[in-house]
Amino acid sequence: MREAVYALIGTRKGCFIFESDSKRRKWKVRGPFFESSSVFHMAFDRRDEKTIYAAVNCSHFGPTIFRSRNFGRTWKQAKRPPRFSEGSGLKVDNVWHITPGHSNESDVVFAGTAPGALFRSSDGGETWDLNEGLDKHPSRSKWVPGAGGLCLHSIVLDPHNLKRMYIGISAVGVFKSEDAGESWTTKNTNVRADFLPTKYPEFGQCVHKLIMDPTNPQHLFQQNHCGVYRSDNAAESWVDISKGLPSRFGFPMASHPRKSGQLYVVPEEGDFFRVVSNREFAVYATSTAGKRWKKLDKGLPNHNAYLGCYREGLASDSLEPSGLYAGTRMGHVFSSNNEGKVWSVLAQWLPPVYSVSTATLS
Amino acid sequence: MDHGLVQLRIIVTIPSALRSYTKNNSEIGLVASTLEEVLMKLNKRFPGFWSLLVDEDGSLRKYVNIFVNENDIRNKTGLATTLKDGDRVRIVPSVAGGCLNCE
Repeated sequence: MREAVYALIGTRKGCFIFESDSKRRKWKVRGPFFESSSVFHMAFDRRDEKTIYAAVNCSHFGPTIFRSRNFGRTWKQAKRPPRFSEGSGLKVDNVWHITPGHSNESDVVFAGTAPGALFRSSDGGETWDLNEGLDKHPSRSKWVPGAGGLCLHSIVLDPHNLKRMYIGISAVGVFKSEDAGESWTTKNTNVRADFLPTKYPEFGQCVHKLIMDPTNPQHLFQQNHCGVYRSDNAAESWVDISKGLPSRFGFPMASHPRKSGQLYVVPEEGDFFRVVSNREFAVYATSTAGKRWKKLDKGLPNHNAYLGCYREGLASDSLEPSGLYAGTRMGHVFSSNNEGKVWSVLAQWLPPVYSVSTATLS
Repeated sequence: MDHGLVQLRIIVTIPSALRSYTKNNSEIGLVASTLEEVLMKLNKRFPGFWSLLVDEDGSLRKYVNIFVNENDIRNKTGLATTLKDGDRVRIVPSVAGGCLNCE
């Protein structure tokens, strides 16, 4: 059976759609779309296998969400994009992340914005409503933005429990809901906040990316400002799994589509020198949920590479063997069609790459 | 039938950056008595148009200028600016050279 794979690349100057077959050796590109805007994230909807959502942020005309049902040939803007209510004193700066809802809720889509807010659409992205439970969380008045602002960049749904979901907000931490978003509880136990007077506060941790194990929804992982962490108990507590990495610091994180405990990160030197560790661009992989890490760098720039990835800059595809994709702040996209054993340049000289995501069709 | 009401015909100039929202129309003719009514009517015809120009607090976005004929509405009464028959409303993205987020 012929399969098509798409690499969806959001950049500072619009987004691009790269298309290939299951071999993933030759790629065709379309775009840019929305070239006068930054595209922070793109999400493929596996429920209908045709819709792509794009978080489009324009310096002049503000943030919005577009959707395409034909892989970018035409796009439709939300009639009512994510916005706070008038008089709230808040306004949406950017849309950071989009996550399609559960498989049995075909028109539900979630979006994360800055300043830290969750929005939900129940009509396939046409109109968006603020999640009041998070907006009225008692801790909200104490949230203090970091350099990245208060972006809500991770939305994780438990596929086995329709009422359980998680979010990650930069400089605030991880929250969990057990009632489909009606109420939220902070979940940052054992996660360091080295930049605060209290090293282990209830909230204030700077989660950079939060993901779920593909086969075990009790297991979550986060790349944090202050380390890489695993939870074995649905975010009730976290274990530091940074040992074996060249740095605790980094932004993106991705999982293998099928293998439990297999995930990927791109370590960077640190907070005040945001380039890849040792100036070697490398993806680090674990197949043991963080007990051991392996460097994957064959074919990647490994000398004087002053590169780095934004938080959405790493993704896997669902083919066999799985493909990996890493986009850089300097406009490269590196790809591997064999789970990171060997890498090649999929694209270069793009605008700074803000996000990489994938879609696979058979 | 003459009800004694005067219909105020307004021409709106759409900048190239927004024409993808207006089906590539560079000019839109409509009837309105205030600038706010102009934008509401544009939003009705092109859903989502309002939020491209106006923040949640009801103010014009920072990098958007609107002129009624030659007059910047920020120097008048903003979205409440009243219009007269034949006025031309120009929506103009502001220049943003040196803005790192824009470049």
